[in-house]
Amino acid sequence: MNPNRIVGDVILEADDINLSFGGVRALSHVSFGVREHEICSIIGPNGAGKSSMLNVINGVYHPQHGNIVYRGKRIRRMRTHKSARYGIARTFQNIALFKGMSVLDNILTGRNLMIKSTFIEQAFYWGRAHREEMSHRRRVEEIIDFLEIESVRKVPVGRLPYGLQKRVELGRALAAEPQVLLLDEPMAGMNVEEKEDMCRFVLDVNDEFGTTIVLIEHDMGVVMDLSDHVIVLDYGRKIADGTPDEIRGNQQVIDAYLGVAA
Amino acid sequence: MQQNQHTASHSTSGDALDTFPKLLLSHAKRRANQPAIREKEFGIWQFWTWQQMAEEIRAFACGLAELGFQREDKLAIIGDNRPQLYWAMAAAQCMGGVPVPLYQDAVADEMAYVLNNADIRFVMVEDQEQVDKVLEIKERCPQLEVVVYDDPRGLRHYYQPFLYSLKKVQESGRGFDHTHPGFFEEQVNASTGEDVGVMLYTSGTTGNPKGVMLTYNNFIITGRNGIIREGLREDEEVLAYLPMAWVGDHLFSYAQSYVAGFCVSCPESAETVMHDMREIGPTYFFAPPRIFENLLTQVMIRMEDAGFIKRKMFHYFMEHARRVGTAILDGKSVSAGDKFIYTLGRVLVYGPLKNVLGFSRIRLAYTAGEAIGPDIFDFFRSLGINIKQLYGSTEAAVFICVQPNGQVKPDTVGTPALDVEVKITEDGEVLFRGPGVFHSYYKNPKSTAETKDVNGWVFTGDAGFFDEDGHLKIIDRAKDVGKLVDGTLFAPKYIENKLKFFPYIKEVVAFGNSKEYVTAFINIDLEAVGNWAERHNLAYSGYTDLAGQPEVYELVRDCVEKVNTDLAKDAKLSGSQIKRFLVLHKELDADDGELTRTRKVRRRFVAERYAELIEALFSDKSSHAVEAQVKYEDGRTGTIRAELKIYEAERFGIAELRQAS
Repeated sequence: MNPNRIVGDVILEADDINLSFGGVRALSHVSFGVREHEICSIIGPNGAGKSSMLNVINGVYHPQHGNIVYRGKRIRRMRTHKSARYGIARTFQNIALFKGMSVLDNILTGRNLMIKSTFIEQAFYWGRAHREEMSHRRRVEEIIDFLEIESVRKVPVGRLPYGLQKRVELGRALAAEPQVLLLDEPMAGMNVEEKEDMCRFVLDVNDEFGTTIVLIEHDMGVVMDLSDHVIVLDYGRKIADGTPDEIRGNQQVIDAYLGVAA
Repeated sequence: MQQNQHTASHSTSGDALDTFPKLLLSHAKRRANQPAIREKEFGIWQFWTWQQMAEEIRAFACGLAELGFQREDKLAIIGDNRPQLYWAMAAAQCMGGVPVPLYQDAVADEMAYVLNNADIRFVMVEDQEQVDKVLEIKERCPQLEVVVYDDPRGLRHYYQPFLYSLKKVQESGRGFDHTHPGFFEEQVNASTGEDVGVMLYTSGTTGNPKGVMLTYNNFIITGRNGIIREGLREDEEVLAYLPMAWVGDHLFSYAQSYVAGFCVSCPESAETVMHDMREIGPTYFFAPPRIFENLLTQVMIRMEDAGFIKRKMFHYFMEHARRVGTAILDGKSVSAGDKFIYTLGRVLVYGPLKNVLGFSRIRLAYTAGEAIGPDIFDFFRSLGINIKQLYGSTEAAVFICVQPNGQVKPDTVGTPALDVEVKITEDGEVLFRGPGVFHSYYKNPKSTAETKDVNGWVFTGDAGFFDEDGHLKIIDRAKDVGKLVDGTLFAPKYIENKLKFFPYIKEVVAFGNSKEYVTAFINIDLEAVGNWAERHNLAYSGYTDLAGQPEVYELVRDCVEKVNTDLAKDAKLSGSQIKRFLVLHKELDADDGELTRTRKVRRRFVAERYAELIEALFSDKSSHAVEAQVKYEDGRTGTIRAELKIYEAERFGIAELRQAS
């Protein structure tokens, strides 16, 4: 991979997170740190609490115990809009795009937080609205260029194949110019070629924009190739945390998840 | 070797505009602020004026010189149609070098062959994809010294010392230009029209590709003659979307733009060509028949899905256009009533349709390379689009024959181009001579001598004849025309083309030379047949599955039998009706070496590769098991297994024929 990317200090920390739904313990005493500019994967069997963990990070779920620490700041109660303002963007396991809107418009919605002009200004397309639209459109076009989806720019998202929809969702997350990007199974359900493309985009995002990436993925080949850092969850507990090589050799992980090669 | 006289008469002193760099500098003065080249980026068309473009090229050329680029050095150019790659051509020419554009989808092996064959030290590539390919073959090409790339995306961590970004090269070029005043002009003025300006590799239907060396005069005079004959102007709009390595693109998007001074637009990406075309609205357009075919297929498919009224309207007016449209285009007399209905049709159907296709402003369209189906040809002409066939080759810098305005016949390629002479040998082979006749094949005097005789006549290898109006008619490759056992003439291309005119059929390979009857491999058109299958509630999982369905076989048999009825009408060819055929389990593909990069069937290769299948076709088996290796674009290989059925088609009038003979 790339020897020169400088991985910085821990910027995102989960501190002793406990999350339960009624009597079900989704996460218990989970702690880990994600360093700046790294690609960190969360892996584990189904129901291990991976998506719940992402949901805790960006404030969809509120843990009964424990905090998220972001850039040294302990956040008592993370809210979704707050996390967006902090520069945390995400994509979803089941695509959550506006199906009837074009690719371009979908990605533009990712710019929402950066729009400063008022409703009135926009209605009359006057003042800041005009200037802003140009700059936002430019940024969106750069993302379209980056993700190589020029040919579907104006196509309603609902008409695109699954792999492309995933790419558009990544595009919308990128439009927010995030510092941390949470990707929930970005390659699920893709064929080999689509997976390879997506991997390249994830690496390129990390490389070109220096975005810190936390991703959930089941394809071990992808995880081991992409990640600087892997966290393994099982039944809501963290059972391992380390570099891909360390994880590969960890007996507990092999028993719980990886299995033994025949 | 004797230089032919046409070129000799045009070579003049240093201040004549006889090379592209000289033309460039002249445009930069005369048309300083007019757009020279356009590219769609970030969703917006951005352009460079002639002056800006000349400046970019100058910086690039000087940068190359600083990296050690010498006169007569070759610069390989690999990538999609991008302004920067067209600049690379001019930059190499400014320094007295020779640009060698390569097909951008060439696999590494093909690329290595050309880079070595042409002794290439300098390469200009578009992006990471091409850089990776060059790196892969670097070891096999020891003479390779410098690789310049345009798009830095994904290349941040490539540390090879021989990799340079275009920006860096241009930057150091500007410095070099500053410290070496007069160097650039000196280099530009040292070239004349007689010098080799470009080297284009032929697609190679047989054997390895050959480097065709063409002089500045070849392209400038041929380009100018084309402009004169068709009355092209400096305000033409052209979309550069065909491979840069292909002679047509070099003439239409480069040479003629420099000669006439019109602006060339580069599409945003290969997938957006149709969109971009609609936005640009080209006035001068070139496309191989395949593209016109695809357009027509798409229109027809979309009309099937249109509402009742629209569909009725479309068919009514298209029927009317079919009757009178071509006559109106050719300026023949048509009754006032017909004219009125045609005008109405223009408002309701033809205009909107042309707009959707991006043909609203078109004044001249060429097609060449393969025979075009009469239905397709007439469809576009009846809409009022002046599409004409031309006959050309790399060795001629394109133009040999062109259909003259007002005298367009679907089955001929027209009359000889300006200053070009054409004659037919006793064996029926077509020869030509003219200003576009190539200099020579690179490092291949044997082939040069075989193709071009001492008087400048070039052997095309095509069989053809002149009809009563002096229009040239091409039947097939001279070497492919054969005979059945009973002596019936067998022109495979002729039969294949007839079949390919059906929208369901994409590719055909016919066999029959020295056999008792004719057989064929057929590739279905996935889009058209897929759509047909959907409408008939036929489930399928992919090409191989669809191709093997009995319903699809019936559909194909229908087409084959229609062709057979057609052939039965022709006394000479009646015996060459197709008796047995099969639908191939995979599409013939350039990556597997079955098609050339310009998508022509490599007949011999296919015959060798599928020898077993051909044997089965000429036996009485009704099916045959196959296993085929396929090679994907990224170099991986896979296997496809299938049980191929062989169907018989009815032949018409054969019994009577036998009795008669």
